[in-house]
Amino acid sequence: MRTRLVTAAWLWVLPAFVLLGVFLVYPVVNTVYLSFFSGRDMSTFVGLDNYVYLVTHPETITVFRNNLLWLVLFTATTVALGLLLAVLSNQVRYEALAKAIIFIPMAVSFTAAAVIWRFMYIFRPPQFEQTGVVNAAFTALGFDPIPWITNPSVNNYALIAAGIWMWTGFALVVISAGLKGISAEVLEAARVDGANEIQIFWHVILPMLRSVLVVVAVTLIINSLKVFDLVYVMTFGNFATDVLANRMFKEMFTFGNFGRASAVAVVLLLAIVPMMLSNVRRFRRE
Amino acid sequence: MARVLFDHVTKRFGEFTALRDFNLEIADKEFLVLVGPSGCGKSTALRMLAGLEDITEGSIFIEERRVNGVPAKDRDIAMVFQSYALYPHMTVYDNIAFGLRLRRMPKDEMDPKVKEAASILGVDTLLDRKPGQLSGGQRQRVAVARAIVREPKVFLLDEPLSNLDAKLRVHTRAEISKLHQRLGTTFVYVTHDQVEAMTMADRIAVMNEGIIQQVGSPQKLYDEPVNVFVAGFIGSPSMNFFEAEVVENGEGVRLEGEGFVVDVPDDRADDVRGFLGRRMVFGVRPENIHDKDYVPAGITAAPTAVKVDVTEPMGNEVFLHLMAGDTKLLARVDPRTAMRAGDRVEVVIDMERMHIFDPETKESALS
Repeated sequence: MRTRLVTAAWLWVLPAFVLLGVFLVYPVVNTVYLSFFSGRDMSTFVGLDNYVYLVTHPETITVFRNNLLWLVLFTATTVALGLLLAVLSNQVRYEALAKAIIFIPMAVSFTAAAVIWRFMYIFRPPQFEQTGVVNAAFTALGFDPIPWITNPSVNNYALIAAGIWMWTGFALVVISAGLKGISAEVLEAARVDGANEIQIFWHVILPMLRSVLVVVAVTLIINSLKVFDLVYVMTFGNFATDVLANRMFKEMFTFGNFGRASAVAVVLLLAIVPMMLSNVRRFRRE
Repeated sequence: MARVLFDHVTKRFGEFTALRDFNLEIADKEFLVLVGPSGCGKSTALRMLAGLEDITEGSIFIEERRVNGVPAKDRDIAMVFQSYALYPHMTVYDNIAFGLRLRRMPKDEMDPKVKEAASILGVDTLLDRKPGQLSGGQRQRVAVARAIVREPKVFLLDEPLSNLDAKLRVHTRAEISKLHQRLGTTFVYVTHDQVEAMTMADRIAVMNEGIIQQVGSPQKLYDEPVNVFVAGFIGSPSMNFFEAEVVENGEGVRLEGEGFVVDVPDDRADDVRGFLGRRMVFGVRPENIHDKDYVPAGITAAPTAVKVDVTEPMGNEVFLHLMAGDTKLLARVDPRTAMRAGDRVEVVIDMERMHIFDPETKESALS
């Protein structure tokens, strides 16, 4: 009887195990395995060479630098902007409308958004009329037009700005929900206790939003590590804007370096795992 | 020294008037309770005093200072909220200390104050805990400690006991009274529970529909309610009301209700003679209706025939739900009563302590 039960139990979980094995475990293991080989037919074992290449080659070092820039700047700005807009929109009567407008970019496909932003950033030499919105605005204010996409000293920031535009709505909506969860009586208690609005924000609202902010930040960090579409469409990683996911795509499909592409994939996975773990831990606690 | 004065205060939320021409003077060190059913405006009045609601018309004074437009933080008041409203991310110590820290009180001055407030409320062993780790009663104590630590001029409490279980509520009621004596501060306390009002207040202001009905000591409100609302609200179980016509024959003055008759004692006859031939609303408290077999000495009224609907034995007394003709009456009688549900019996309705109200205005007709 008991053995039959155990057998039945295994039978029930078997489909899930098979699916996970085929579509998750095997690809991960195989990717790690492939990352130790090189050549088109993947016949040459090269040990850690692919990894050594990633951390020593100037072009791939730029990739890591760019991802780090995305991680810090994109995450910090989006969280800060989302928080600011959530607090501000909480105080106005047309809150739903304001939030909807800021949330709209989330509904736009990343590719479409990238195309839109490429138009926004169009650069023509100063003697011509500027057709890109950003440079039109710049020249109208008396500045020289800037080649946003091709100038390596600004183009990463230009791309990150597009990413922030896309994700601020998400941060706003989640933080706003957290804000609604703070009881009005607690804020009133702080007011009676002698706090002004700025002190209430720093000493009461912000600490009470802590867990919400962490969830938003972790989600954004994961997305900053995975960022691909915007970069692929706007620059294809040229002009020193490349990021890990785009590099992986290039190594794989442009250069045919399956081993290197696998190594990038493994690095990306290792970077994301701690973030995933922290999210899983949090969900379990809640 | 903190006197509070509401001077012709009105509060409107759009079309809705929450508080209408509210006038109330609260003396220094007084324990004043605002009581009334939900939606009567009592919490609005308290929140206006706290500075959490704007004043539509009129003025509020704390001491001699007009506080209209003065933000809550500058009014030198403290408040205990119904939900306690503790800061969930702070320890008990930090919750209590928050107001002092905002005032930049030096640590060596603040620390003993926080510990003293905590020990007065018996939460000094919980200082390192967070609110989430406390029971309802402990949270309530922390909320009170947080309020008293700043030594405010006026102490506001908004239904602080309504989230406690019945036993703890009775206990905490006494604790708050003791705290008031100890602090010697003006207390303004809002509740919908007339028992809390009766047991703690120096004076009670009974409110209904945004208007003060009556202000006075608990005993005064109980003995001399000015209208049907106050008479029915104060006292538990509630006063009985019935309409009856005042008639006089050779034997004396009688009240003829719907299917029953009661005598008016001679020394109260003058109170009702002015209404001869009129229908008035009469009020009798449940403790003034007696089982015929256990009538206290000195009451000589003739018995009235009634039917017993339900009996509720309480141990020390029995509540009888009676039908006198078509009129429902509730009586609190001696526990030895032999009356049972369904019985047709006789009770003595002692009109010595009756209340008389005008059926139109519902105001007391006793001068």
